[in-house]
Amino acid sequence: MSAVKTTPSKRGKLVNLRNFPGFTSTSWLVMFFLYIPLVYVVFYSFNSSRIGSIWKSFSIKWYGKVLENTDIQRALKNSLQVGFAATLLSTVLAVMAALGLLRMQRAGKAVAMALIGAPLIIAEIVLAVGTLGLFIAVGIPLGKVGLIVAHTAFCIPFALLPIRARLSQLDMAPFEAASDLGANERQILRRITLPLLSPAIVAGALLAFAISIDDFITSFFVAGPGSTTLPVYIFGMIRSTVTPEVNAISTLLLLFSGIVLLGSYLIQRKRR
Amino acid sequence: MTAVTTPRKKPIQRARPGQSSPKLAYLPIIFLAFAIGVPLLIIVIYSFLEKPSQGTGVKWVFTTENYKALFVQEKLDGTTAFDTRYIKVLWTSFYYSLITTVVTLVFSIPAAMWIATREARKRTLLVALVTLPFWISILIRTYGIRQIIADEGPIGKFLGMFDISWSILYSPSATILGLIYVFLPFMILPIYASAERFDFRLAEAAYDLGAKRMTVVRRIILPSIRPGIISGVALVFIPALGSFLQSDMLGGGKTNMVANVIANNFGQARNWPFGSALAVLLIILTLVFVLIIQGIAQRRGDKVELV
Repeated sequence: MSAVKTTPSKRGKLVNLRNFPGFTSTSWLVMFFLYIPLVYVVFYSFNSSRIGSIWKSFSIKWYGKVLENTDIQRALKNSLQVGFAATLLSTVLAVMAALGLLRMQRAGKAVAMALIGAPLIIAEIVLAVGTLGLFIAVGIPLGKVGLIVAHTAFCIPFALLPIRARLSQLDMAPFEAASDLGANERQILRRITLPLLSPAIVAGALLAFAISIDDFITSFFVAGPGSTTLPVYIFGMIRSTVTPEVNAISTLLLLFSGIVLLGSYLIQRKRR
Repeated sequence: MTAVTTPRKKPIQRARPGQSSPKLAYLPIIFLAFAIGVPLLIIVIYSFLEKPSQGTGVKWVFTTENYKALFVQEKLDGTTAFDTRYIKVLWTSFYYSLITTVVTLVFSIPAAMWIATREARKRTLLVALVTLPFWISILIRTYGIRQIIADEGPIGKFLGMFDISWSILYSPSATILGLIYVFLPFMILPIYASAERFDFRLAEAAYDLGAKRMTVVRRIILPSIRPGIISGVALVFIPALGSFLQSDMLGGGKTNMVANVIANNFGQARNWPFGSALAVLLIILTLVFVLIIQGIAQRRGDKVELV
């Protein structure tokens, strides 16, 4: 009886789940927690003081230092070269895998899916040291070639994600029409499948690029002394001396991530 | 090539996107077998080999000593004793990952529900804000949280005004906080994806039928977002188990997780076979947890795809 009695007063609150107690404050806390460290790093990158935690005055001198630093330039160049090569290779291989897997037998598909799933499930450190072992065993020199091979491998699953998702949603009508009109396999692939998949291919390529550029653990093990990538260099910077330069370079990378994300958003919107 | 010149050799099938031959997948599969399959195989092989007396690498002599060394320590006088060091490392990794999973879950459910109940425009912005960290280097995010929790960081300075000392950097708490920070979005997004599809009229109906607020949460809302929770747990717990950067940069070497010990054995410690044995153990543990999570999902009849 009492439950029925209290219903009207409580009801207004619950029917609208929007105002569930604690949800709003928890969400604000979560957003605050996610962004405060990034905001802090960006803010202190404009600090003129050599001691990172004491604010002196506004300055962009650390950006100048970063841009002048030839080690950073070299590391960035390595990262971009490896990133572009791995993106291109992994995207092409991912498209081939996505299309080929559709008609593959069960056993073959299971093997393929296990290989594709492995980098997503198994800890990166395990694959990193295994790849190091592989390169030494078969004589692939540690350096850019090795980096490109390793990056291509772990980028394939990520490039594949949007492509497979798109393939499963595709409308069959254009394919049937093309086939009825006498188009052969190649023509269908070139004129219909690839154009229809292109937004997903772009999304997959961007994802692969982001994963490659950010990679630390595998690069740390297979880069070798001559071809340090940017994350490996930054890791060394953080480890040795904490200079405000790290804040500046981090901010530049945040900006870069933002631009890539915005670019992908604009491309996707345009295609739609 | 033959398809171009003799298109009518085979009867024309119903064209599907899969019209392309399965042979197209051979090259990617061969490449992945080489670059993913062989490294994993090498780790398993190395774990049964001896360490060379000098330098890095392996000596091609079969042994099971590396696995014994995980649990037993040989003393200088030749006697052996049970060694808990590496069991502790595995336990630490498990324990940190568990805390990370529970804490991110507790914060992610309200946050995901809250985002799911905002109006469309605000929701798009909030989802973008939760997604953005995925595109930011984990190295930089870990560096960011390190700056915040450092002794002379903002928290330390604030507490310093009240003469409260603050020193958590290079401790287990710092590692766990870093893991929570890095993996939080991985928990929010899948739960949000489930919550977004939730029909909020169900909650209204339950309420109209006299259910109390907590009953609605327990019986209606939680079961509906369960697939999201299960994916979120998988996406946080499994990578956390093999995480390297957080304990390295925030734990300060005092709190070694299994990935750090593996890295050390392939680095300074120069014991590849032992590092490989630990890596094999980590693979097995990971697969066990994947199977457990999949089992839970299947028993509940939820569709959870981990790959």
